[in-house]
Amino acid sequence: MIREPYVNAALLAALLIVPGWAVWVDEPFTITLATRAVIFALAAVGLNIALGLGGLVSLGHAVFFGIGGYAMGVLASHAQSYTPLYDGAFTIEGTKSMPVIWLVAALASGLAAWLIGALSLRTSGVYFIMITLAFGQMAYFFAISWPAYGGEDGLSIYVRNGFPGLNTLDPIQFYGLCLGWLCLALWGYARLRRSPFGLALDAARQVPGRVRAVGLDPRRLQLVALVISGAVTGLAGALFADLNRFVSPSMLSWQMSGEIMVFVILGGVARLCGPVAGAVFYVLMEHWLGGISEYWQIYLGLVLLAVVLFGRGGLIGLICGRGRPDA
Amino acid sequence: MSPVLLAEQILNGLQSGVMLFLMAAGLTLIFGVMGLVNLAHGSLFMVGAFAAAAVAGATGSFLLALVAALAAAAGAGAIVEVLVIRRLYARDHLDQVLATFALILIFSEGTRWLFGSFPLYLDIPPWLAGTVMLPGGIEYPAYRLALIAVGLVVAAGLWWLNARTRLGIQIRAGENDREMIAALGVDIGRLYTLVFAIGAALAGLAGALVGPIQSVQVGMGEPVLILAFVVIVIGGIGSIKGALVGGLLVGLTDTLGRLVLPELFALITDASGAATLGSAFASMAIYILMAGVLIWRPTGLFGARA
Repeated sequence: MIREPYVNAALLAALLIVPGWAVWVDEPFTITLATRAVIFALAAVGLNIALGLGGLVSLGHAVFFGIGGYAMGVLASHAQSYTPLYDGAFTIEGTKSMPVIWLVAALASGLAAWLIGALSLRTSGVYFIMITLAFGQMAYFFAISWPAYGGEDGLSIYVRNGFPGLNTLDPIQFYGLCLGWLCLALWGYARLRRSPFGLALDAARQVPGRVRAVGLDPRRLQLVALVISGAVTGLAGALFADLNRFVSPSMLSWQMSGEIMVFVILGGVARLCGPVAGAVFYVLMEHWLGGISEYWQIYLGLVLLAVVLFGRGGLIGLICGRGRPDA
Repeated sequence: MSPVLLAEQILNGLQSGVMLFLMAAGLTLIFGVMGLVNLAHGSLFMVGAFAAAAVAGATGSFLLALVAALAAAAGAGAIVEVLVIRRLYARDHLDQVLATFALILIFSEGTRWLFGSFPLYLDIPPWLAGTVMLPGGIEYPAYRLALIAVGLVVAAGLWWLNARTRLGIQIRAGENDREMIAALGVDIGRLYTLVFAIGAALAGLAGALVGPIQSVQVGMGEPVLILAFVVIVIGGIGSIKGALVGGLLVGLTDTLGRLVLPELFALITDASGAATLGSAFASMAIYILMAGVLIWRPTGLFGARA
């Protein structure tokens, strides 16, 4: 068995080397593929905070991913048409600046996570799964039937948003931004896991009764975890929309929620780099199997089934042993 | 809004409510007895609809199509239970969600491979075509009326099965204490397969019955699945009575919301804004209903108190 830090290091090294090599041999498509994987990984790291640390099986994380996407779409579309977002007592303009968009995306999806969490955390277990799923559908149908921002057709922008000092239209520079965010999120996840808050959250997942006995409120801990988790996933959504220069209700669909969850479980729940391994594996499978057969999702389904039934602990668990790192 | 239109919409709400009940009853039964979250329930709905469309296309008989839908869904359910689901009972919900999500992918792509991407059509049988004149001058499609009747008959049948038969006793005992009924000599593995097949057959029946009023296509199961989740969250997980009440509530809220909300918004804004707001909020009405029920009763209307 290989120790987990070595696997993590190898994985992150590959994420540095492969796109670098793609620039060398001039293969921009590989960079786009890698960007997609890194953004999915970021979304899944976000979910892992709720799912791995908090034990909250949220099947509605596409809400946060989609809100992040729409934050980008709405701000950028107002900026490109030179119409103010709000024009009353004061004026809010749209923007094409990534840092502002990121901030808005993280705040908006964090707020949504707080609202959904405050309602959903009244329940637990299977109710929680179904309620988060239902809130996801609510957001999805709202986006479809609200015509102001494209409705069912979605919203596209002409030029990718800018970041001071970088040319974001160059695939490798945009990739660098996304990878930077992923590394920052992983660092944050590792810090969070060891912080007093992370330990209390872990305890709330395992023995809520004892956490209550020492004077902490498990539900509040979980709510905070869900808000952080939603904000990270929302940030990934803004990056994903910027990658495609397009946002549509499909980013809010329940299939998207399922996929984000698949990244986490495929790689290994509560593992630091589990979501990264899962997202990279998924994007590679999608690319390779999609080239082999039109019905590639059958094979994807079979692989997923095999991982759940026989490979407990996901891909990282398979390499490093043990079901959960903290089990 | 005329009273006749309102009455028609109430009937439409009842009709979609009883169809949701058929889906939700299977889900809630499977969850109650085996503790399994089954995302693939919508796929069994789709299997029923496709089996019905294929057999109706080949033989022209709607009754044969219904039999085929029941058999195909129950058979698919039993096979899946023996091959996959059985290994998931002892796992946590997370593994169950992922494994049944994988089953959805396999079922959907398998169906696309067999039948292609184009929707199939299932015709309303000639003896149920046309409309019926109801008291009060309401003209209503006979087929939809038949759906309401079938749903209520199935509800009564399920009640009878659960409350009056030996199998019902075993099912209820299995919900409470699986070790104990195994110790009493009931083959628990066979009981689970049977319960799963019954749930699957109910979903398949719903798929076949709904087939003639919407198109039969890949992916038709998932929207219904999510509505069925809303139904059992409202009704209380594990309760068949809750599934019926929840189904009717969701069906009525959905259809009446689409009718009433635009008119309500018309009172405060102009016509086009009201239509937009009304349709946006009508599509969210059932989720708002669910949130309301949860604030009031976190385990649903008829769920066991936590």
